[in-house]
Amino acid sequence: MSGATLQVSRLVAGYTRGVPIVRGLSLSVAAGEIVTVLGPNGAGKSTLVKAIAGLVSVFEGSICLDGADLAGCKTHTLVRAGVGFVPQTANVFERMSVQENLEIGGYVHRSKLKERLRAIYDLFPDLERLRHHPAGKLSGGQRQMVAIGRALMIAPKLLILDEPSAGLSPKLVGMVFQRVRAVRDTGVTILMVEQNAKAALNISDRGYVLAEGQERISDAAGALLHNPEVGELYLGAKGGLA
Amino acid sequence: MIAQLLANGVILGSTLALGAIGLTLTYNILNFANFAHGSLLSWGAYLAFTFALAFVGANSADFGPLSFGWPLLLALILGAALTGVLAIVVDLLVFRPLRRSNVQVALVIASFAVSLMLRNLIVVVWGPEPKYFTNNIQIQQQILPGVRATPDQIFVVVLALLLVVLLHLFLKHTRLGKEMRAIADNPVLAEVSGVNVRNVIYWTWVLGGSLAAAGGVFYGLTVQILPEMGFNLLLPLFAAAILGGIGSIYGAVLGGFVIGIASDLSVAVISPGYKPAVAFVIMILVLLVRPSGILGEKK
Repeated sequence: MSGATLQVSRLVAGYTRGVPIVRGLSLSVAAGEIVTVLGPNGAGKSTLVKAIAGLVSVFEGSICLDGADLAGCKTHTLVRAGVGFVPQTANVFERMSVQENLEIGGYVHRSKLKERLRAIYDLFPDLERLRHHPAGKLSGGQRQMVAIGRALMIAPKLLILDEPSAGLSPKLVGMVFQRVRAVRDTGVTILMVEQNAKAALNISDRGYVLAEGQERISDAAGALLHNPEVGELYLGAKGGLA
Repeated sequence: MIAQLLANGVILGSTLALGAIGLTLTYNILNFANFAHGSLLSWGAYLAFTFALAFVGANSADFGPLSFGWPLLLALILGAALTGVLAIVVDLLVFRPLRRSNVQVALVIASFAVSLMLRNLIVVVWGPEPKYFTNNIQIQQQILPGVRATPDQIFVVVLALLLVVLLHLFLKHTRLGKEMRAIADNPVLAEVSGVNVRNVIYWTWVLGGSLAAAGGVFYGLTVQILPEMGFNLLLPLFAAAILGGIGSIYGAVLGGFVIGIASDLSVAVISPGYKPAVAFVIMILVLLVRPSGILGEKK
């Protein structure tokens, strides 16, 4: 696997034409980077990543993966181009087994299905043990592993995670982020939306802070952690998150 | 007496189970109640009837004690395939354009219209009088203590069960089968997993349409072929799908047999004139007590 470079330029996107939620946003993720998008509720974070995954209409601007403009492409075309997406909610096939969840993602590269399955089980050993369990009966942390594993089955060059820590206990949050870093170390570029700013920035290279569909701040992760403005935006805390 | 009614119910249940599978699949994947599904049962029966007539010249012998031979089996396969094509054509002409509008009620009302058109088209093409796959008279034989059935009836039940087993293997072990289950489970997630949703929807129509056609042929073999047969079966089909839990294929099979058996058993206590009401009563009770159905997931 090798990561791709994502370049989003002056993106305008939303659910209804004339009502843009992302309003002229530019953002870039270099190959092999982890970039986190932060921002208060309603800032357009989820809409941004859904637009990149092809689930929300793009009205203006471009979304380039390794230089090829994919804005407006059908979702399954994007999947073939190497865009993996893990939704925030309803991110597993509940009535299907863990292994079937992974297989659905693996059909894009049918000839490599066995090999990919092996790689995912090596990354998430728990899933191999649970492979015949229905995904809907798993715990929150295990479900998140299935969701990420399913997205990795498509052999993505870019993995997009929409709030991977939502609804997890603090202990599990640490575990999930540790796995996200392990995924990056296999060479996948990662773009992540998070509410849990501190934990996310701790494993990120860079971050963007959005407000009202536009970029507010963009900086290295370490600098954002110590930026008092970010702290205020988030917790009303003075003096930064760290 | 009870055993005989039970057996009759299983025979009716074979038709209902096959019909309810397609209904539950399209209800779940396309998210609307397709009132035209009953007409697919009628069309399947009439198409198979026409093919069977065309093959009569082949002059082949009947299978053992059955009232038919190869021609009907071949007609069943061709009729089922063509009914699958009919289902796709209806989807392309009517349902697909309406799906884009995102108004669910429009789809349901349109399916009513399609149902009326398909039913009356049958009258135009084949006429209103009942048809029979065979004019042979079959004698019911004792198969179990207190249970009599014709060889054709036994054939119908066995083939229906065989189709259900094949369907199970298909859904469990093939790529297309798993993709159908994935879309039924979570269409957006299937899309971001690279499933070609549009293609799989076409195959869902083919599958639902051909199973409905098989159900229609089975009804034609054990009762008779009539233009309004599909419409009359629609309510029991919905009852079966809802009883089993919308979206659950195994639930639809179970629901089909339960509704079939309950309808026929009711004759022991109430006048046969009220038989069609039994499915309706069961459906209302299920909706009141357990709206998610027996095997459905609670949402």
